[in-house]
Amino acid sequence: MADKTNLGWHLIRGWAIAVYIFMFLPVAVVVLLSFNASQFGSFPMTGFSFRWFAELAQNEAILRAFRTSIILGALTAVFSTTLGVLASLALVRYNVPGRNMITTMLIAPILVPEVVLAVALLLFLNFLGLPKSFPLLLAGHVIFTLPFVILVVQARLVSIKRDIEEAALSLGASPRQTFFEITLPLMMPAVLAGGLFAFTISFDDITGTLFWKPGGVETVPTQIFAMLRNSISPEINALGTVMIFMTVGLPLLGLAIARKVASKGGT
Amino acid sequence: MSAVTLKNIVKRFGGFTAVHQTSLEIPEGAFVTLLGPSGCGKTTNLRMIAGLLDPSEGEILIGDKRVNDVPIHERNLGLVFQNYALFPHKTVAENVAFGLKYRDVPSADIPAKVKAALELVQLPDVGHRYPKELSGGQQQRIALARAIVIEPDVLLLDEPLSALDANLREDMRVELKRIQERIGVTTVFVTHDQSEALAMSDFIVVMSEGRVEQVGKPEEVYNTPASEFVANFLGASNIFDATCTSYGGPLVGIEAPVFGGMDIPAEKAPNLKSKGSAKLVVRAEKLVLSKSSAAKGVISVPAKVETVDYQGQAVRYFVRAGETQLQAINMIDGRPFAVGDEVNLHLRPQDCAALPG
Repeated sequence: MADKTNLGWHLIRGWAIAVYIFMFLPVAVVVLLSFNASQFGSFPMTGFSFRWFAELAQNEAILRAFRTSIILGALTAVFSTTLGVLASLALVRYNVPGRNMITTMLIAPILVPEVVLAVALLLFLNFLGLPKSFPLLLAGHVIFTLPFVILVVQARLVSIKRDIEEAALSLGASPRQTFFEITLPLMMPAVLAGGLFAFTISFDDITGTLFWKPGGVETVPTQIFAMLRNSISPEINALGTVMIFMTVGLPLLGLAIARKVASKGGT
Repeated sequence: MSAVTLKNIVKRFGGFTAVHQTSLEIPEGAFVTLLGPSGCGKTTNLRMIAGLLDPSEGEILIGDKRVNDVPIHERNLGLVFQNYALFPHKTVAENVAFGLKYRDVPSADIPAKVKAALELVQLPDVGHRYPKELSGGQQQRIALARAIVIEPDVLLLDEPLSALDANLREDMRVELKRIQERIGVTTVFVTHDQSEALAMSDFIVVMSEGRVEQVGKPEEVYNTPASEFVANFLGASNIFDATCTSYGGPLVGIEAPVFGGMDIPAEKAPNLKSKGSAKLVVRAEKLVLSKSSAAKGVISVPAKVETVDYQGQAVRYFVRAGETQLQAINMIDGRPFAVGDEVNLHLRPQDCAALPG
């Protein structure tokens, strides 16, 4: 009996490990090969080297793409969190007519396939006679990062009791002062998390970006895509490694900060 | 001058009327309780005084100033909630100092005022802590300190003791009353707990279904209920359909089932204005079970004990006299009676009250 359950557990454990290997091995290979001294991006490795990272740092096109991606991601985060916080406040704190309908519509971009969204926005711009431009690329990114911000911020706002805001009002703080002194600090962990989501989603988006970007503008993912069309250079492995650290490390860092802020005085 | 005046206030939520035409004057420095079951409109009234709800009709005055159009943050009120509503991201001292920031208090004076407020609620050493590090009772004291440090014109308490344990609740009751007397602030207290209302109030406003049933001192409301609702809500009462046989003099004649005819003092039937149908109110604790016969002037009726509900210092009996079941709450003197005992029910007419039928 005991042997049987043990065997079962071994099988489950083995299966779980296999799944993890399947998921993470390709990523691990990319990271590993980015340190390969050889000039072919494949096994066997011929030595350990930072050579490809150094070359990366000197590649103007990649650096430009990085700057574009970071600016785009940061602006997306700022606009998405601002709009998301305002929308959540309205939807949670005020009795807006058609509240459920509005919530559904704001969340919808998650459910619509990104290609459809991308083409739709492009056709819309075409219809309006607007040329592709950086602000429109930004608008596209805001549209599909907004639902994540709203979901996170709304959940937090619901847990902040209205009593606490009423107490602040009764003590003489105006509604605006109450928002900045009480409501905003209390939902800050969610606002930061939402902002980080928006940044990372924008940073590694490719589908929408390919449709919306004006000529000559490349983000990191579209740059990689362009480079892959010519050849598989080990530089791409190095770039991939940097991307992994940015898109995985940054949210983890953000979560750690949020947790620290929340535990300091949190609810 | 009244500290708070409600003039013909009505509050509707869509088609539902939460508060029917209500007028009320709350004297300066008084401790007034709005008492009633949930949904009676007591909290709605409090929230209208606070400025958290706008009345549909009528006027609200604080002092002699009409405040209908004054937003809550300009009303200078202290508000204490059932679940404390402390700011979780601020220390206790920052919580208490919060209201002072928005007043013309020199920032050098703030620490001294915070300290004085914390001493008043007997928690002088917790200023640096966060609310979640304190117990419920302590948090409610801090909420009280935060509300009174701003020297409000009116202190509004919305079921402040309901979230606390039973023992703590009684301590806090005494404490709250002590602090209110000490600073003399006009206080409006909302509760559904009759013992809190009776113990703390200068005046009780009993409410039911959006209407004021009675306003009076605790002993008036308790001993001379103005309506059947009040008689039932405050304490346990036996209420009988009776007939008024004579009135106008110092005594009112009442003919009631079980007890027969009796004369009760006119001040125990202030609203009885005509002969004919009336109600007789007999408080459960005024009905005494006894084996002996009654003294002169005391009505005695034979009865049989049906249920015994032992409560420690007192016993609640359900007894049957003829066809009628009555309840009696007696202090325990020796051994309580047992189910099936034949007893005499003793009742003094002056302990009864009468209402118009």
